[in-house]
Amino acid sequence: MKTKELLFDPVFDNNPIALQILGICSALAVTTKLDTTLVMCIALTSVTAFSNLFVSLVRKQIPSNIRIIVQMTIIASLVIVVDQILRAVAYEISKEMSVFVALIVTNCIVMGRAEAFAMKNPPVASFIDGVGNGLGYSVVLVAVGTVRELFGSGTLLGFPVFLTTNEGGWYVPNGLMLLAPSAFFLIGLFIWALRSWKPEQVETPEYRIQPNTRPVEV
Amino acid sequence: MSSNDTIKKTFIVATVLCLVCAVVVSTAAVVLRPIQEQNRQADIQRNILDIAGLLEEGPSVQEQFEQVETRVINLETGTYTDEVDPDDYDQLAAARNPEVSNQLTEEQDLASISRREKYGKVYQVSENGELKTIILPIRGYGLWGTLFGFIALEAQTYDVVGLGFYEHKETPGLGGEVDNPRWREQWEGKRIYGNDLDDVEISLVKGEIQPSDPDADYKVQGLTGATLTTRGVQYMLDFWMGEQGYAKFLRNLKAGEA
Repeated sequence: MKTKELLFDPVFDNNPIALQILGICSALAVTTKLDTTLVMCIALTSVTAFSNLFVSLVRKQIPSNIRIIVQMTIIASLVIVVDQILRAVAYEISKEMSVFVALIVTNCIVMGRAEAFAMKNPPVASFIDGVGNGLGYSVVLVAVGTVRELFGSGTLLGFPVFLTTNEGGWYVPNGLMLLAPSAFFLIGLFIWALRSWKPEQVETPEYRIQPNTRPVEV
Repeated sequence: MSSNDTIKKTFIVATVLCLVCAVVVSTAAVVLRPIQEQNRQADIQRNILDIAGLLEEGPSVQEQFEQVETRVINLETGTYTDEVDPDDYDQLAAARNPEVSNQLTEEQDLASISRREKYGKVYQVSENGELKTIILPIRGYGLWGTLFGFIALEAQTYDVVGLGFYEHKETPGLGGEVDNPRWREQWEGKRIYGNDLDDVEISLVKGEIQPSDPDADYKVQGLTGATLTTRGVQYMLDFWMGEQGYAKFLRNLKAGEA
């Protein structure tokens, strides 16, 4: 595959959240505010990219029966490093995100790319694939984070856009947007919009509802 | 590829990988520790200023913190002490060290902190040579973990200036609302003690406080949907404002004997 395809395919054509439905939990947890969302996107993209790179570098040495635990060890180490760096450079945000940075370890996208792509492809391509999938994740998260912060708090990145009634303005914040279920609805709408735009992503249903049983069959 | 699957190769790969990862992780932790520690200190200082109502936009936290004087008191006698240097005294570490802390009996241990250190830090702000605000560290168990915070008192009347927590693990949206500025706002001007500084009379109550209530000054509205966190804050105040906490010091201070 060409670099461009590796990088941009996962954004809309093969989006890890919208098409593969992976990594949903962090998309619910960190998207109440756009600044934490952005930090999470950067953290996840770097972890995916570097874990792909390192897994790919050692892929010819990994015994196949311990390959999953080897990938996990690499991913976990990278996540700890990212967490430590965040605490050093963005203390306030890392306090707000608390365990969600550490939970990148369990994010299916990271593991999925390591197993599905990096185990079979050269390092540079794997790295780019990691960045691409990170971007795909980021697109959905930023979209969800923007809507949630704008309608939930009337602000964007902390700057007031809609003046809320608390501050003497006109906008009554939608409290639902601050709760996790709203992210589900928004991701659902995102997937709907994406599949209307690219109908080839619509899966063929495994079962079809049959017409009602006729009286004769009873 | 099949040669990778021998037992020997499996062990070698596992060992080498663990070593490399361990080195990377510990290097990151060690190299970044000083910066993280600095951040943590700055965060605590920012919280102290915020809770005392002194935080301003603009000047750096370090600069603003210069107006705050840090002193150490002996919690057993309730007097100032020079036995420990406030700059390198780690109060939370001291609370775990049996030499400088006491095991609390079940009856005494209202805030569920199990041990109380002998020396405590107090932060003071003076204006024109006169003590204006005292900021006291408090901590206690909530629902999921210990809440760490400060309470700021007006130095003459001991009325509350502010209360807040810089570290806690309460549920976001419920107990986590201890951080909500609107909840914290209502603490300002509340009274803790009756006239003789004996009993802690402030209480967190359910429902809104009517201004017509004769005890309105002693009541603070609890957190909706977070009974255990609210109770934790109440116990914390009962403990730290009581005899095991700062009551002796505050009495001495008022009598001019601290």
